[in-house]
Amino acid sequence: MAIERLFIANRGEIAVRIVRAAQALGIHAIQAHSEADTDMLAVKLADEAVCIGPAPSKDSYLNIEAVLKAAKDTGADAIHPGYGFLSESPRFARAVEAAGLIFVGPTADTIERMGDKVAARQAALAAGVPVVPGSEGRIDVEDALKVAAEIGYPVMIKAAAGGGGRGIRIATNEAELKALAPQAKAEAEAAFGDGGLYIERAILSPRHIEVQILGDGDTAVHCFERECSLQRRRQKVWEEAGAACLDAPTREALCASAVALAKAVNYRGAGTLEYLYDEATNAFYFIEMNTRIQVEHPVTEMLTGVDLVAEMIKVCGGAKLSMTQDQITRSGHAIEVRICAEDPFLQFMPWPGVVSKLVEPTGDGVRFDHFLSEGYQIPPFYDSLLGKVIVHAPTRDAAIDKLVTALTELEIGGTKTTVPLHLALAADPEVRKGAFHTQWLEPWLAAGHLTATKGDAA
Amino acid sequence: MSNIQSPLPGTFYHKPSPEEPVFKSPGDAVAIGDTIGLVEVMKTFIAVTSEIEGTFVKYMIDDAAPVTAGAVLAELA
Repeated sequence: MAIERLFIANRGEIAVRIVRAAQALGIHAIQAHSEADTDMLAVKLADEAVCIGPAPSKDSYLNIEAVLKAAKDTGADAIHPGYGFLSESPRFARAVEAAGLIFVGPTADTIERMGDKVAARQAALAAGVPVVPGSEGRIDVEDALKVAAEIGYPVMIKAAAGGGGRGIRIATNEAELKALAPQAKAEAEAAFGDGGLYIERAILSPRHIEVQILGDGDTAVHCFERECSLQRRRQKVWEEAGAACLDAPTREALCASAVALAKAVNYRGAGTLEYLYDEATNAFYFIEMNTRIQVEHPVTEMLTGVDLVAEMIKVCGGAKLSMTQDQITRSGHAIEVRICAEDPFLQFMPWPGVVSKLVEPTGDGVRFDHFLSEGYQIPPFYDSLLGKVIVHAPTRDAAIDKLVTALTELEIGGTKTTVPLHLALAADPEVRKGAFHTQWLEPWLAAGHLTATKGDAA
Repeated sequence: MSNIQSPLPGTFYHKPSPEEPVFKSPGDAVAIGDTIGLVEVMKTFIAVTSEIEGTFVKYMIDDAAPVTAGAVLAELA
């Protein structure tokens, strides 16, 4: 059953992206919005819009009952959850299916399974996908030494019962592990009433590499990889496709492993498998799967020419994948930077201003996904992402040059944005060389590389 | 009587977290620099501090309610 009336249960730039994709497919787009989002661009562009509740997300975009009621009231036959909010809620996916509507994403069971760290690791192992080597289940201090000798140092010691970063220690050799393991055990006992430990190989300065996959429930393909190592507070700020640090055989093995896992779980829709990549040993390890469209999907679209949002809508409507693996090719290099309403010179303080002026970057190989218009009051109730500037060029060097031109052309008046951060990064010699990892950006910021003068000069 | 205004638009909170007591109750002394509430703006919590001394009278905005920049959050005597 092809989708005819698509309900978009999200906001901001991704809502605009989905409305446009739906309309291009001849689908009637119904945009949900909170009371604070009446003026947003997706509402203006959609064929129909409906208010789902007050400003706070928990009363609107996260309110399953309100979203379902609005979808049914407007005669929708499918719901696209975008990213964030309810996109990875098995309860929501189940409720959508129970109401007789199509959830544009995988089944609730797949979301649940891949959302559980242990279950996802087991699924990966079963599909032959490498995971970070570690102890299978809980161990005691004596076992820790044995397991560490097998998996190799450095190792990370965690409380088996713990969560968050609590009690994590890194041992670089056996002597350190002998000293640290009893401390970790004592702390785990005090904090969780359970002294069980878990150890795994510590990948000290990994790169973040992820593979885009598409599935129709029967078969799956990949659309190559992205590198998203430039992160601040575990939030990606700059993303590339492909990962320039990979050689061809490694890229092939990485992408094949992602397809194997996607096929093993009969994946439907667009999904991403995230990996840590250890450049020193040329090894990659699966860490988790995101069962939704991602913020950085446009770099993959620029690299391959595949319309990921249209394809996920089609396969979730019951179509088979419209392409085979050998029809998906990569050309050139793409970079995306996230434009947030934050002051990068003032600890990234949020800045929900009124957009007094908007000049969009243009040109061949330049894309600006956003939800702004002149006179628009950026609501303070949601995250600070305003949009993304994406560029595509024949080489990575040319893409960085094009990014600088696009960011210089872009003008967003009336608010602070993270554009100066991206200009400073584009001007940095290490970024130009691609010599970075997930632990690179925060020390770079702490060392004062971004100052008002440098940001302006860049 | 004097007022404390919101420095930013967002959502105003009377408590550091839902389980904890309010920052100020009627009759409490308020010193310069005391936190009287939090404004959540774009998922970041900003402490609202008093620039004046006085005695807390009451909150002028409900807990967890939306505020605009410049809105009067609390009254001091």
